[in-house]
Amino acid sequence: MKTVRIAAILLATTLGAGAADAQDFLIKGARVHTAGKAGTLENADVLVHDGRIAAVGGSLTAPAGATIVEANGRPVTPGLFGGLTQIGLEEVNQEESTYDAELKLTAPAWQHMWRPEFDVTPAFNARSILLPVARIEGVTWGVIAPLAADSLIVGQGSAVTLDGRFDADFAGSKSLFVNWGSAAHAASGGSRAAQYMLFDQAIREVREPATAGNGALLLPEGRAVLKGYLAGGRVVFFVERASDIREVVRYAKVHGMKPVIAGGTEAWVVAKELAAADVPVVLDPLNNLPSDFDRLGSRFDNAKLLNDAGVRIAFSFSDSFQARKNRQLAGNAVAHGLTWEAGLAAITSSPAEIFGIGKDHGRIEQGQAADLVLWSGDPLEVTTVADQVWIAGNAVTMQSRQTELRDKYLERVKAGTAR
Amino acid sequence: MNRLLAALLGAIVTGCAANPPSPAEPQAAAPASPADRAPYASTYVAPPSPPTLIRNATILTGTGTRIDGGDVLIEGGKIKAVGPSLTAPEGAVVIDASGRWVTPGLIDVHSHMGVYGSPGVEASNDGNESTDPVTSNVWAEHSVWPQDPGLEVALQGGVTSIQILPGSANLIGGRGVTIKNVPATTYQAMKFPGAPQGLKMACGENPKRVYGDDGRFPSTRMGNVAGYRQAFADAKDYMEDWKEYDANRAKYDREKEKGDEDAVPPKPPKQDLKLETLAEVMRGHILVHNHCYRADEMATMLDIAKEFGFKISAFHHGVEAYKIADRLADEGVCGALWADWWGFKMEAYDAVQENIAIVDHPSGGCAIVHSDSEEGIQRLNQEAAKAMTRGKLAGFDIPPERAIRWITSNPAKSLGILEQTGTLEPGKMADVVVWNGTPFSVYALADQVFVDGVVRFDRSKPGKPWSDFLQ
Repeated sequence: MKTVRIAAILLATTLGAGAADAQDFLIKGARVHTAGKAGTLENADVLVHDGRIAAVGGSLTAPAGATIVEANGRPVTPGLFGGLTQIGLEEVNQEESTYDAELKLTAPAWQHMWRPEFDVTPAFNARSILLPVARIEGVTWGVIAPLAADSLIVGQGSAVTLDGRFDADFAGSKSLFVNWGSAAHAASGGSRAAQYMLFDQAIREVREPATAGNGALLLPEGRAVLKGYLAGGRVVFFVERASDIREVVRYAKVHGMKPVIAGGTEAWVVAKELAAADVPVVLDPLNNLPSDFDRLGSRFDNAKLLNDAGVRIAFSFSDSFQARKNRQLAGNAVAHGLTWEAGLAAITSSPAEIFGIGKDHGRIEQGQAADLVLWSGDPLEVTTVADQVWIAGNAVTMQSRQTELRDKYLERVKAGTAR
Repeated sequence: MNRLLAALLGAIVTGCAANPPSPAEPQAAAPASPADRAPYASTYVAPPSPPTLIRNATILTGTGTRIDGGDVLIEGGKIKAVGPSLTAPEGAVVIDASGRWVTPGLIDVHSHMGVYGSPGVEASNDGNESTDPVTSNVWAEHSVWPQDPGLEVALQGGVTSIQILPGSANLIGGRGVTIKNVPATTYQAMKFPGAPQGLKMACGENPKRVYGDDGRFPSTRMGNVAGYRQAFADAKDYMEDWKEYDANRAKYDREKEKGDEDAVPPKPPKQDLKLETLAEVMRGHILVHNHCYRADEMATMLDIAKEFGFKISAFHHGVEAYKIADRLADEGVCGALWADWWGFKMEAYDAVQENIAIVDHPSGGCAIVHSDSEEGIQRLNQEAAKAMTRGKLAGFDIPPERAIRWITSNPAKSLGILEQTGTLEPGKMADVVVWNGTPFSVYALADQVFVDGVVRFDRSKPGKPWSDFLQ
């Protein structure tokens, strides 16, 4: 019966089209996890009109022409955050020709390390095979971020929808990404102390362009970009060690940046300070091992301790191919003490707030974009799957290259001829 | 004949055939005191433990059976009985497991714990002897750092036995070791008594990249195959040389016995540690664990195994195993797989989330959930749950009692330790996990983990970490 229902919705599928083409529909009788102030609503309905959530509540009436989706008590959540990711920036990680997340200009050798104007957003490939793999599992958006092991300032990225449209980035979601601590050891001449020294120089070049002589770090384009971030822009620092987190937050604030901590393995140590400074942390709650000397204080309840202290947290699994694993991270954080609602928020409303799209995304509330997932059971549970996903009100075709390969070979397997 | 017996007999035969003996490497035998044991042999001895009765649990035995409201009795470090309403012997510790689930201790066939430990510092980068494409002479156990903090968190995830393998830089990376996951100062004190060693082999991209990028052999897949074949061909010749020597030596011994004072003893061939390992593989004493992603390459490896007369115990990673699931079942080769890893390299492009369920499906199919990860090893049960879910949606009947085999008895079988562990059957090692509920859940936590009847982890009694590194 479920199949029939979904098939009816698929007829209306118009992936890649604008929200205005989306068909109106009413999800009836769902356990609605709003990820907002309303919390969880039992036996509730969600009405979608023109790609947006028109109403949420009990016993809503479907307008003429709207499709009815019977949830039969199944949970509905906002579309999930896929983390800080390179989805759309890579097809096969180790095949360099398919990888666009890292700048490797070599003349002069240091130049790629100081190009804040490097922005991965236009390289986003909406037709990447990674998108359907992630979105049929409920991941409707992510923040595409540049990556580079040997840069201090890595570049910029944006929040993007994963519905397959070409112009996928959300307005106002741009961030600058910066490596800090041992992550930028080589790029800072072998000492993290030099990270402050070099950043000081770059800031001075922005504030006093006349000082940018032959030894300048930044080009004029870079100065222009960094200037924006020094005027309240969102700067994501990849940093793990407690002392570095504390110091970089202080440093960012002094220089006008709005810091976000990414990684943050030892953030729990400075949780109170982060809460007081209203600095969010994007973390992987599965990081419980001392993977290096910046992470000696790793522990399984980092997420819980941060949340308890009032720090806004979001989850991110550092693998584009496994963006779908983000809800497993949330489930494990809950198993280790985080409240369930906070676990869901960490992969929905919380990252939306952190990356500047919270007004339109991340919650099931009237006026928000209809990025919705209907689940077979508890959305954080590993035995649950997404039964149907909608992005901007459009039903996602629940197929990927992986499901196609599966279907191709299942016939042989069932016939006993897979050899 | 079971594998253990074969391994022991093999060791005896090779140990007695000649004087000096053919250079079979010492096999792990029963634990002995450090003074009289064979070099590198296990010194693991389980400390004494009280009889323990785990009561009224949902039991997944690992044999494909589920018992609701059943008991597990542990005595002398072994499973004594499994069933309803068992009687607690005098002095027994009784655990009320109402509402909880009990499974065999989990087994990971693919770990680099201790050879690529945490922290991942340069100084402990001991997993790949990537200086030659064939390093069958090296043993992972000689790199194992017993203080790796990853071991204890794996135990907290219910993992009681682990195969630690060399990395995949080489065509033939060296010998793997199976350990019991217990705190110890030396690897010998963790070494699984009687477990055969493994041989790590690697197909595809890694070896050809590591050497090809350096302008060395091999740089192609055809080069890879030539590399494996030459190594085994050399080992065949080596075995012939020793056979000839053994015959000449026997002849000499007879002549001496007859009183022939002029008899000249034959000169033994030079011992070759690389070829000796491969000879042990062909004798069936060392089990091949083959990193291999693509279906066509697995088929080529099966042909190589046929050419040289050895058996592949398991293909590891096998992202395309589903394409040849029936062949793997026919040949009795296990697939040690991930639930959903993909895309990080070209040979991992064709992943499907039904891979494990499909390999499990044919009669004789042997699916294993492996980790190759210090993160994943902590949640083998969750990975199995994901694979079970995908399999069920694809139409396969996979109840929990079937899926649990992927992380217990099937890995035990591939490691040659199924006679000792991997199921809850009387006489086996009491490697047991008591879970807070079904293990097939993101919320599942191991409450207690027993290794040979000894409680090695108890969630209600958190202690200081084992690892000296964390002090």
